[in-house]
Amino acid sequence: MSIQFSEEKLAKVQEIIARYPEGKQKSALIPVLHLAQESFEGWLDVPVMDYVAGLLSLKPIEVYEVATFYTMFNMKPVGKYVLEICVTGPCMLCGSDEIVEHVKTKLGINVGETTADGLFTLKPTECLGACGYAPMMQLGKHYKEHLTKEKVDALLDELRTTAMS
Amino acid sequence: MSVKLLLEHDGKEGIRNYETWALNGGYRAVEKALKMAPEEVVEEVKKSGLRGRGGAGFPTGMKWSFLAKPEGVPRHLVCNADESEPGTFKDRYLMEFLPHLFIEGMIISSYALGSNTSYIYIRGEYAWIPDILEQAIAEAKAHGWLGKNIMGTGFDCEIYVHRGAGAYICGEETALIESLEGKRGNPRIKPPFPAVQGVWMRPTVVNNVESIAAVVPIINLGGEAYSKIGVGRSTGTKLISACGNINKPGVYEIDMTISVEEFIYSDEYCGGIAKGKQLKACIPGGSSVPILPANLLLKTAKGEQRMMNYESLSDGGFQTGSMMGSGGFIVLDEDQCVVRHTLSLAHFYMHESCGQCSPCREGTGWMYRILKNLEYGKGKMADIDLLWDVQRRIEGNTICPLGDAAAWPVAAAIRHFRDEFEWHVLNPDESQHRNFGLAHYADDLVTA
Repeated sequence: MSIQFSEEKLAKVQEIIARYPEGKQKSALIPVLHLAQESFEGWLDVPVMDYVAGLLSLKPIEVYEVATFYTMFNMKPVGKYVLEICVTGPCMLCGSDEIVEHVKTKLGINVGETTADGLFTLKPTECLGACGYAPMMQLGKHYKEHLTKEKVDALLDELRTTAMS
Repeated sequence: MSVKLLLEHDGKEGIRNYETWALNGGYRAVEKALKMAPEEVVEEVKKSGLRGRGGAGFPTGMKWSFLAKPEGVPRHLVCNADESEPGTFKDRYLMEFLPHLFIEGMIISSYALGSNTSYIYIRGEYAWIPDILEQAIAEAKAHGWLGKNIMGTGFDCEIYVHRGAGAYICGEETALIESLEGKRGNPRIKPPFPAVQGVWMRPTVVNNVESIAAVVPIINLGGEAYSKIGVGRSTGTKLISACGNINKPGVYEIDMTISVEEFIYSDEYCGGIAKGKQLKACIPGGSSVPILPANLLLKTAKGEQRMMNYESLSDGGFQTGSMMGSGGFIVLDEDQCVVRHTLSLAHFYMHESCGQCSPCREGTGWMYRILKNLEYGKGKMADIDLLWDVQRRIEGNTICPLGDAAAWPVAAAIRHFRDEFEWHVLNPDESQHRNFGLAHYADDLVTA
């Protein structure tokens, strides 16, 4: 895999840098890391972080220390679909433990692991700000709320079908 | 029925679009504010008595008046949209469903503070919301409310949305500023305060989404009229995000004159406890504020009805009261285990500690491990006192309030539910397959 943003994404990087005062392009780091993670297989490998450092004229260490701080940045390969089920207080009160157990059994993996077919990762997750719609999970850009075991089954089936087509 | 200032137009077809928003009185407040001097806008906000809606409750107008204005140095408004306090989801609601209300507030606040470039720092997980906000910003700009020389006033303003990447600590204003500068979210030592040296060492005001949105009705009504809504120092309206074991979880706007009992049991709000169960406990203001048993939640230690406002919720201090906090209202029914619930919150704070200060970094993990033993039948009586001791040594000994936020829920759980912790120690096997239940936590208070 060559690590290089498309022309369109490079233009986006410039647009992001322009939001901040001149010389403060470091502020663009987190938004650009999001863009990098989306573009390069869902995680931030060292060469990807080095590439971002080059784009923003930063030292690689400045990128590593930030990437490792924020939970949304994946520091190891992940499945095609990352299931982030919230387990904090309010979701726990509404049965999130059962949802997590159900997914673990159904996929045969523990929290933090990826299925052998590379389709699903179950990522440990804390409060996502959807407490009134619990239990819930984040899936890519969106939230799946008011989860039940049946809804989870239907969702996993749907994702498998999408992945195969 | 509470007066609706923020959610007045909530649910109307197409209200996210500029045209519909404008037809419903949108941008009238911006127009009015731009005809005033910036200092007059600040004065209206001061008069309104608005208190920061993020959790701390500090008067917004006063915060604005602290902003340093050195010659030739740009200053910035940064909106804290990093909503991450467990139980809180009101800012998300405002941004997702009433984006123009929020953008109007951003424009007025930027004008009042003299911020030509303002930022909305939004938590990374709200990944679909920046699109909604950027659409609203583009529409406002197309209609001349943003950009250069807005409405001939000579005031220039741009608003940018900046996504975080998952860190509760970035809701703390100096950590948020560090993060906006492209760094780890490690809180700064204050002073200097952000009002003097904030983002890029420039004077900065950081305000919560709801506080900024509230500026719109303040300008429309006038600060004084706004201050007459509510009671005492709890002026205006407050959004409460209600969750947990209730019939109608959701975001509600209250004018702070209703009782906690009405809020929980009225069909206009929470609609009572789910599945016909009984109320056991509640955290009224986001996970960091003290949990209260049912009896102390509904009535103060003096036996008075507890009301949904800043003063009443904190009546009795931490001994018998709690806090309004962020308005994250978390309800526990009779089947819930307070030890299990506290364990869940302890895990959250351990996960979210930035690691700068040792009392918080080490203490949050220590509390989690003790609670885990207690919950899973491996606890000793001495662990309860140890837990108390650890939380006490975190509180007040850290750079930022995350340490306090981690300590308070544990302290309150032991303070009010010690019997339940002891029951876990005395019944290690039984506690693995049944809960302590409601016990005496809803019994009438014996007032001295």
